[in-house]
Amino acid sequence: MDVVSNLLLFFYDAIHGGYSALCRAISQWLIELVGSSGAEPWSSFARHSYRILMGVGLTVNLIVFSSLVGLVLSVGIALARISKHKLLWMPAYAYIYFLRGTPVLVQVYLIYYGLGQFAFLRGTESGGTWLWDNVLSSPYWCAIIAFSLNEAAYTAEILRGAIVSLPRGEVEAAQALGLSRVAQFRDIILPRAFRVALPAYSNDFVLLIKSSALASTITLMDLMGATRAVIARTYMNMDFFLLAGVLYLIITAVCIGGFRLLERALSAHRRASAPQRRTGVQTA
Amino acid sequence: MFHGFGHLLIIGAWMTVKLAVAGLVVGLALGLIGAAAALSRFAPLRWAANTWNTLMRGLPEMLLVLILYYGTGEVLSRITGEHVTLSAFAAGATALGIAFGAYAAEVFRSALLEIPKGQREAALALGLSRRDTFTRITLPQVWRLALPGLGNLFIVLLKDTALVSIIGLDELMRQAENAANFTKLPFSFYLAASGIYLLLTFVAMQAIQHMERQTNRGQRKAA
Repeated sequence: MDVVSNLLLFFYDAIHGGYSALCRAISQWLIELVGSSGAEPWSSFARHSYRILMGVGLTVNLIVFSSLVGLVLSVGIALARISKHKLLWMPAYAYIYFLRGTPVLVQVYLIYYGLGQFAFLRGTESGGTWLWDNVLSSPYWCAIIAFSLNEAAYTAEILRGAIVSLPRGEVEAAQALGLSRVAQFRDIILPRAFRVALPAYSNDFVLLIKSSALASTITLMDLMGATRAVIARTYMNMDFFLLAGVLYLIITAVCIGGFRLLERALSAHRRASAPQRRTGVQTA
Repeated sequence: MFHGFGHLLIIGAWMTVKLAVAGLVVGLALGLIGAAAALSRFAPLRWAANTWNTLMRGLPEMLLVLILYYGTGEVLSRITGEHVTLSAFAAGATALGIAFGAYAAEVFRSALLEIPKGQREAALALGLSRRDTFTRITLPQVWRLALPGLGNLFIVLLKDTALVSIIGLDELMRQAENAANFTKLPFSFYLAASGIYLLLTFVAMQAIQHMERQTNRGQRKAA
């Protein structure tokens, strides 16, 4: 356990240190490029670029981790939701209903500020608990938890829709082949459902990127937090908000482009069939 | 039960409702304008509308709220030379309306395209003016087709009103925050706030379903 966590920490430090050094280098380069007497807002942009770029890094970090955790959770929740067993589908339904019906901001506050209300979590009498000291008192982990839980609810609903929409024949074929219930889901239903859900999931992903800005409300220096911190020093509201807007749009565009590529790769079988048909016509 | 903060939560909830309705009005207007521009025969207008809608859908709503509140204040002050700020309510409603409008334009656009061209031609042939054709023939049908999409967007808008607490408007989220800080019972008050948000979204969904039934009265059910 210690080996694994040390290894993870090592990689985390390496990536974090590398990214930080990269940002510093880019920032230095920008400052030299613009020059100390450069025109505003460019010279201020250059001067504060390190902070802003580190903010972009944290925003991407939050998006990647919470989407991965959310995706894993969502499979379980979606399967529970389509179950016919009351003890499974009812909690899943309530979970999805609550997280989709309340603002993300409330969820973030409930976890970061709200959980402090419970003495047993903080361990005020027992002198602190591991969970509180390492996870729940950290705004980073609270943001990851809140975004993951929220993302899981939205993705579970998309996944449920995809599973329900699969042609009945495919499931029947899997049953006819004598596959076990687990194998049916693992080898047939879930892979197909992921492909069907992909376009809706990419829309959902954009919503996650946008709600990641809420991390700044619990003191995190993500892109939004860094922007607000810089504005507090420069008083250049519009310039830095617009810069943040452009950076958010770039993050969104890159993600949408990535999903397009993934969709293309996963529908290779459709494209492959087209040329074959054409050669068929020629030989005939 | 709420340590004397219960009535403040209700006042906050009422402010949230007002903010959502104001945002809806702004958003519907922007959405209709956006859809009309996106379907225009004038190419630069189409291009501008599509760019605007794409950009506004990609920006975090929180950033829109902050830009409208702090950014426009700065710009207005620079133009007028005096210290001018938009009120938190106006800035919030406009920001939420812009976000709503960018999505609504797409809903309206596809609804407008759904209406057979012959209906407009028939109305014009009967001698109705272009304006009457739009307000009496096209728009009532667009409404029916756009309602489900707009309903979903309104639920999103209702939840996004919580973001306006960041610029200090005393709506539900802000009242819950005040109460949480004062009583040192954050979980109870944020949970109460989320309960009220659930209630509001539930009521909104019922109202939307009712409106859908109303507008679909004359329609034949599909099989």
